[in-house]
Amino acid sequence: MSLLQKIKNDIVESHVWKSIFRHGYEDTPRNRVMMVTANVFLHLHPAKVRRHAVRMRFTWCMGGLTFLMFLITAVTGVYLMFYYRPVAEYAFADMKYLETDMPFGMLMRNMHRWAAHAMIVFVWLHMFRVFLTGSYKPPREFNWIVGVLLLVLTLLLSFTGYLLPWDQLAIWAVTVGSNMARATPLLGYEGPFAEFVGANPVYDARAFLFGGGEIGPHTLLRFYILHCIFIPLVASILMAVHFWRIRRDGFSGPSL
Amino acid sequence: MAEAARARKLPLDDKIHTWPHLVRMEFLVALFATVALTLWAMMVDAPLEEPANPTRTPNPSKAPWYFLGLQEMLVYFDPWHAGVVLPTLIIVGLMIIPYIDINPKGSGYYCFKDRKYEILTFFLGFHILWIVTIIIGTFFRGPGWNLFWPWQHWDPHKVVALTNVDLPYLLGFRDYWVSAIVGLLVVAAYFVFGIAAFYFWVLRVKGREFLERWGMVRFTLTAVIFIFMLSLPAKMFLRLVFNVKYILVTPWINI
Ligand code: HEM
Repeated sequence: MSLLQKIKNDIVESHVWKSIFRHGYEDTPRNRVMMVTANVFLHLHPAKVRRHAVRMRFTWCMGGLTFLMFLITAVTGVYLMFYYRPVAEYAFADMKYLETDMPFGMLMRNMHRWAAHAMIVFVWLHMFRVFLTGSYKPPREFNWIVGVLLLVLTLLLSFTGYLLPWDQLAIWAVTVGSNMARATPLLGYEGPFAEFVGANPVYDARAFLFGGGEIGPHTLLRFYILHCIFIPLVASILMAVHFWRIRRDGFSGPSL
Repeated sequence: MAEAARARKLPLDDKIHTWPHLVRMEFLVALFATVALTLWAMMVDAPLEEPANPTRTPNPSKAPWYFLGLQEMLVYFDPWHAGVVLPTLIIVGLMIIPYIDINPKGSGYYCFKDRKYEILTFFLGFHILWIVTIIIGTFFRGPGWNLFWPWQHWDPHKVVALTNVDLPYLLGFRDYWVSAIVGLLVVAAYFVFGIAAFYFWVLRVKGREFLERWGMVRFTLTAVIFIFMLSLPAKMFLRLVFNVKYILVTPWINI
């Protein structure tokens, strides 16, 4: 036995190593299964899948890519959070600072932005794929509903993030996008029947969203918290449900 | 199940190991996508304009591109309708798809023939009404939300004659309340005839046996959502061809 092999053996047989890695790496059917079931991340998958489910032609990989984009925005987003303050006086200056002075600041911001846009395109294509393969049919009806909720959350994530740079593009796009809330029947002060409920510019659906009658510093903080904490949290929970259901119901496919 | 499969000499199980087959695929796709995204992010910078200024409204003010379909609908319907009622119906409509579609065929494989009408409806709603309005809103709308060709200069002083009139006016009714009642009748007739037409169409194409299996609730939900969906192209048509502003005008709501 060479020295190298002896060292390797000592490591692999050690108490520490064995406490971390539960099985070897030889290509045996048992290990193939263990690779998936003994790993918290991989065990999102079942140990075995039907042959066609692996093919890109079937899934277009769109659900997976949507998830990847979500992960990339989470990682780059944490980086941006180190340098960004959700305060009207600082927000824009922080963006400039982040773009010009932080190592990889511009790259992280770009990746965050483009991954968010890609996520929207991918989630639409994913829905289209699921529709075309009829994968919402029994027993997967409920997972389609979870999917629709995820679709809405994806749009809201992107929308709340749009405000954070606090530039002209941000506040006006969000103003236009939120004006709809002002027109909600009953609950918005410009909506039909608002007078019966007593909605007014500082006390209606849009004011609730904005934290005041106009878009302002309070809105920035609100959108920041929605964008960085609340919506990602809810979306993560729903994604866990989504993935769990895919495992439980099995992957759709032509009947055997 | 297993007995039948064996009798037909079909494979009982076409499963393969997730590791390495699926994990390998996912890894390669994730690697490729991450590299592509990184390259893209190195070449194209995210926009950053001047600092926010609540006193200077840009013209046009556009919502983020994925909401421009909704903003484009504002041309044809009032905000409470285009911005609240229709989006709600879109979400609800999407959610009930698995419950109104009782066709057992076409589950788990691509096939147009087995699900012609389902796929065509989805195509109309998603590709035509959603994607095309986003494209119009993104590339064809300029100052004042007026129509411009992408290569045309955005002239903020472009004069567009406001020739739109309400449908009852067009039909010759001048009295306010008579017009309101006529408008209401037109809207009601649209739904009644729409749903009736849908009923007879389903009866002809799918037959009575299908309608009974489909049930009252599913039929009604499908019909109402479908007729609502068609109201967008219907209103677009009335606006673009006859310059109709509203169909129904009341002190509370206009449609
Ligand atoms: C954040 C958004 C979403 C993520 C991360 C996500 C992720 C995934 C993933 C990874 C899969 C596995 C198969 C594949 O890659 O195609 C999947 C399957 C599925 N998704 Fe999604 N999804 C999302 C949104 C949606 C939406 C909007 C819908 C529908 C409205 C939907 C409905 C489904 C259904 C029914 C399946 C099961 C497909 C089958 O068994 O063939 N999901 N999703």
